[in-house]
Amino acid sequence: MHTKTIVKLAQNLKDKDFSCVELTQHYLNRINQSDLNAFITVADELALAQAQVADDKISLGNVSILTGIPYAHKDIFCTKGVKTSAGSKMLDTFISPYDATISQKLNQADLVMLGKTNMDEFAMGSSNENSFYGAVKNPWNHLKIPGGSSGGSAASVAGGLSCFATGTDTGGSIRQPASLCGITGLKPTYGRISRYGMIAYASSLDQAGPMTKTAQDAAIVLNVMAGFDEKDSTSAEQKVPDYTTNLNDSIKGLIIGLPKEFFSSGLDDEVASNIMAAVKEFEVMGAIVKEVSLPNSAYAIPAYYIVAPCECSSNLSRLDGVRYGYRTKDAKNLEDLYLRSRSEGFGEEVKRRIMIGAYALSAGYYDAYYLKAQKVRHLISDDFKKVFEQVDVIMGPVSPTTAFDLGSVKDPVSMYLADIYTLSANLAGLPAMSIPAGFVQNLPVGLQLIGNYWSESKLLNIAHQFQLQTDWHSKTPQEC
Amino acid sequence: MALTEKKVNQIAYLARLSLNEAQLKNNTQDLNAIFSLFEQLVNIETDGIEPMSHPLHMSQRLREDVVTEQDQSILLQSVAPETSNGYYLVPTVIE
Repeated sequence: MHTKTIVKLAQNLKDKDFSCVELTQHYLNRINQSDLNAFITVADELALAQAQVADDKISLGNVSILTGIPYAHKDIFCTKGVKTSAGSKMLDTFISPYDATISQKLNQADLVMLGKTNMDEFAMGSSNENSFYGAVKNPWNHLKIPGGSSGGSAASVAGGLSCFATGTDTGGSIRQPASLCGITGLKPTYGRISRYGMIAYASSLDQAGPMTKTAQDAAIVLNVMAGFDEKDSTSAEQKVPDYTTNLNDSIKGLIIGLPKEFFSSGLDDEVASNIMAAVKEFEVMGAIVKEVSLPNSAYAIPAYYIVAPCECSSNLSRLDGVRYGYRTKDAKNLEDLYLRSRSEGFGEEVKRRIMIGAYALSAGYYDAYYLKAQKVRHLISDDFKKVFEQVDVIMGPVSPTTAFDLGSVKDPVSMYLADIYTLSANLAGLPAMSIPAGFVQNLPVGLQLIGNYWSESKLLNIAHQFQLQTDWHSKTPQEC
Repeated sequence: MALTEKKVNQIAYLARLSLNEAQLKNNTQDLNAIFSLFEQLVNIETDGIEPMSHPLHMSQRLREDVVTEQDQSILLQSVAPETSNGYYLVPTVIE
C-alpha cells in the first residue's frame, strides 16, 4: 500500500479494501523500522486518532479524495501540541501553541499527519546534513544525501514512509530533494500558499508546496494548500482554480524554452543527456523547443546568498532565549544570555548565514551588498519576463549532479554553487516543479519546469502529460 | 576585501553570537570565500534599476482597526524558558 498514490489510496479507502487505521498503522510500522532518519517526530497517537475519525467519516460516505490519506509534515510548520523544531536545537523543546494555516487546512481536509519530517536547520541547506537531528539518508542509496532542505519529506515519500509530504522552498528546498529522491515537487508562485505559522527563513522567498508521487497528486494537495490568508500580509488575493481541471489538456503546440545558461559547464553530462531525452519526449508529444537566454542567471547565486541571509539575520533575531526556544544555563547578565543562548542553540550554517546577513546589512556595506543584490534580483526577474513573452514554460535540470555522498561537500561555497538552477525562480517568485526524468547509476534525475506567475495549472498539466507517457515517477527504491 | 579575525568577531557580536577560537578561524576563512563570491556583482551595470524587495510588487494591505486577537498570554508564555506573574524573566539588568 505504501507505493500507492493519493488517487489509488482514496479509491482503496472508499472501496473498504482496508481501513484508514490499518493504512496508518502500516505507515507507522514502516517509519519505526526505517533507518532513513526522515522524521524528527512521529505522531503515532495523533495519527491513529485522526485515522479513526477518517474511518468514521468514510463509513458515513462523507468524504473527499484526501480523507484519511497519511502524509508527512515538514517540521517547519507549526502544529499545535506537537513539537515544531525546524531541525534546530534552538527549538528542540518547542511545542507550538498554535497551528500554521497550512496545518489547519490539512487537518480540516481530514488528512492523517504521521509526523514531522527532518530538515536542514531553519531550512538552510541543500543536503539535509545541517539538521540538529542528524542527516537523512537517500532511499535510493543510503550513502547519499537526500537533498535539502526538505530532505526528510522527500525521503519519506520516496522511501514509502508517507503517501505525500509538505515542503518549503526558499532557494530550491522542494525541487532539489524531489529531484534527488525521484519524486514530484512543486514550488508555487510566491504568495500562493499562506506562510502564517511557517517558520520564516527568508520571508520574500519562502514558499510552501506539495511533495508527491505524481503531478496529479500534487494538484490534489495544492487544491487544499493554496489560497489567500489574511494572517499572512504577503499572501496573494488571487483566485484558486481547481488544479486538477486542466491535467488532461493536450500539450500539442506547447512552446518550451531551454535556457542556454542551464546547460553550460558544471552540468554533469549524464544528467544533461537525461534532461535532453525528457525534452525530446515532449517534442514527440507535439511541443516546440526553443533555445532562450537568461543572461543574469549565474548571478542568482551571489544575489540569493546576500538577500536570503540578510532576511534570515533579521528573522532569527527573535530567537534570544527569552520568549521561547533554547536558553543557556546560568547567564551572567542579559547580554551573556543572548550571546550564549544563540551560540549554543544555532548550528554552524545558521550562524554563518546570520553573520553574512548582519555584515551585509551593516552601515557602510548595505548599498554594496543588499541593495546591489536587490537590483540584480530585478534584472533576473526581468530576464524571465522577456523569455515568457516567447515561451510557455522553461525547462532544464534541477541540480547539476545526482545525489552526492553524505559528508563529501565540506565547504559552504561548493554547496551554494550546486543551487545554481533553482535559485532564480525564488528570486523572481515564479512557480517551478521537479519531476522524475531518469536515472544515472541508479540515482534519480529531476527535470525542472519553470512557469510564469500563477501558472501552476499549466505546470501540473505539462507534468501530468509527461507522466502519462513515462514511468520514471513510478519507479521505487529497493526498500519499498 | 579580506575580513580579518577581528572583523569577523565584530560581525558575530553584531549578530549576538560568540565564536570560540576554532569557529572564529573557520568562519573567517568561509566568510572570506563567500564574500569573494559576492564580488561578482560589482561589475554588473545596475544604474537606474529599482531594487526588488518583493516578487509580487504588492503594497501592504490595510484592514479595519478592530481587535481580532484574544488574550492568549498564558498559552503563549507556556513555551517561555522562565516567566513570573505574566512577565518574561531575564537576568538582572539594573542592580
